[in-house]
Amino acid sequence: MSVLLFAENSQGEFKKATFEAATYAYDLAQAMGTDLQAVSVGQVTEDKLKELGKYGVSKVHRVADERMNAFANTAFAAAVSAVAKEIDAPVVVMAQTYNGRAIAPRVSVKLDATTVSGAATLLDPAAKFKAERLAYSGKGVETVDVNGGKIVVTVKTNGYKVAENPTAVTVTDADFQAAEQDFDAVAKEIIKAAEGISLTEADAVVSAGRGMKGPENWPMIEELAGYLGAATACSKPTADMGWRPHHEHVGQTGIQIAPNLYIAIGISGAIQHLAGVSSSKTIVVINKDPEAPFFKVADYGIIGDLFEVVPKLNAYLKSKN
Amino acid sequence: MKILVCISHVPDTTTKVQFEADGLSLNKTGVTFVINPYDEYGLSRALDFKEKEGKSVSITVISVGGREVEPTLRKALAIGADDAVRVDKAALDAHQVAQEIAEYADPREFDIIFMGKESIDFNGGLVPGLVAEKLGWPFVSFATQMELEGEKDVILHREVDGGFEVVESSLPLVVSCQKGIAEWRIPNMRGIMAARKKPLSVVSGVDAEARTTTLSFTYPPAKGNTMYIDAEQPEKLIDVLADKGII
Repeated sequence: MSVLLFAENSQGEFKKATFEAATYAYDLAQAMGTDLQAVSVGQVTEDKLKELGKYGVSKVHRVADERMNAFANTAFAAAVSAVAKEIDAPVVVMAQTYNGRAIAPRVSVKLDATTVSGAATLLDPAAKFKAERLAYSGKGVETVDVNGGKIVVTVKTNGYKVAENPTAVTVTDADFQAAEQDFDAVAKEIIKAAEGISLTEADAVVSAGRGMKGPENWPMIEELAGYLGAATACSKPTADMGWRPHHEHVGQTGIQIAPNLYIAIGISGAIQHLAGVSSSKTIVVINKDPEAPFFKVADYGIIGDLFEVVPKLNAYLKSKN
Repeated sequence: MKILVCISHVPDTTTKVQFEADGLSLNKTGVTFVINPYDEYGLSRALDFKEKEGKSVSITVISVGGREVEPTLRKALAIGADDAVRVDKAALDAHQVAQEIAEYADPREFDIIFMGKESIDFNGGLVPGLVAEKLGWPFVSFATQMELEGEKDVILHREVDGGFEVVESSLPLVVSCQKGIAEWRIPNMRGIMAARKKPLSVVSGVDAEARTTTLSFTYPPAKGNTMYIDAEQPEKLIDVLADKGII
């Protein structure tokens, strides 16, 4: 019996979300008095797999099937479930990424397990695996417990701090063969929306809205994001008007993000926008309208003309670099 | 082609969320309920198929819930679905709802089941994948585009970190939808009139069990104590963020 981590890779590399989930899974394994093992799907070098030992994984089960270098949720779920059964894992942990969210429910059906999605706190093994998760698009916090049995948990991204727990790690090939029909729906290619940092993974996001007055004024936003190592985002109206590409739109109907730092510039803070960004850890709002609803959820506010404030910020950051 | 669209009956996005004194449920006083906006993308995409392919496409909408969900199903009929089904069970959790939907769908030979990527009340996003696995069907999540290729194949775009994946799949298929896959539609008067006469059947369901129990709903930590920085010296913001280790 061990806790099992699905160690998701992206083109053979593990990303921060995987290390967050690993840290979460390690802490959970400790609380349950057991060890942490991982399953890796697709081709990843042995050196990379061993990197998981740094985050507390004692054994990596490798499913190095080249057909699974591209995502296919049926095949991935079958692989994760096979390893979970082999080691009799009471809990399977994965990051709440696009792919994690696609396979978690499948794994839970295969294992006759219960899924807890988007856990923001560590499941409590002493109290029916109680955990907290966000509900009502960030306007509520739900505390749930599990009515017994095995559990699949997805860990909210940016929701659990990565910590190193160096552990001696071994790598073994899992006894698993994907079936032909596991590839009924398969990814053929990936189209990159933009170069640079992806919005859902970014630690910091600089976002701007209608207050920018037009698309020609965006270079100062990109400059600010550049100094901060941040991704850029925008509000729905600016995407709808074609000022910015749709893949930058954050909010209820756009991309939902929870970075450590969210800077909203010239965005009033409509409830639909807040639903997509309100779980950000620190929110900075720059707006000339002191009545802008966004200030109500801001940690830091600057009431002022963005055309004066942002260039000053840029000049200051430039001088410090 | 037979399409099933799953509809979640949810509080409107602009709802000021308040919980009952016991902390176990939403206070529904004065709350407007709507079709879950992501489910509505699925319904719209189904209607796009119907308009292109004509009468050979039938669209059934389904919801798990008490009588209170019927106006929401009627709205889906007004937008253009052909018939509606209500599974007469209180919706308890994703596992129970998925089981009810899968049991309904299994013998009826649907080609596509559309749902939203998540509901805006519980935000779990589990039901589509659970239904797909219970039916043994392929599943494409976070779809932003979908086109038929011949009789039994589909090409979809699916959102992933930093871009899109082009996915090929066979039918039958479960698709979870988000923005991009179709444009929302507003029901017109003719649709609203026609919806009154369209069939809305009530089925008793299979008594699926919930696997989780909600212990409480609380509010996220209040923000409210905004620290304001003088617009004349915005540089101070950078210093404060740096001091706190945020940048």
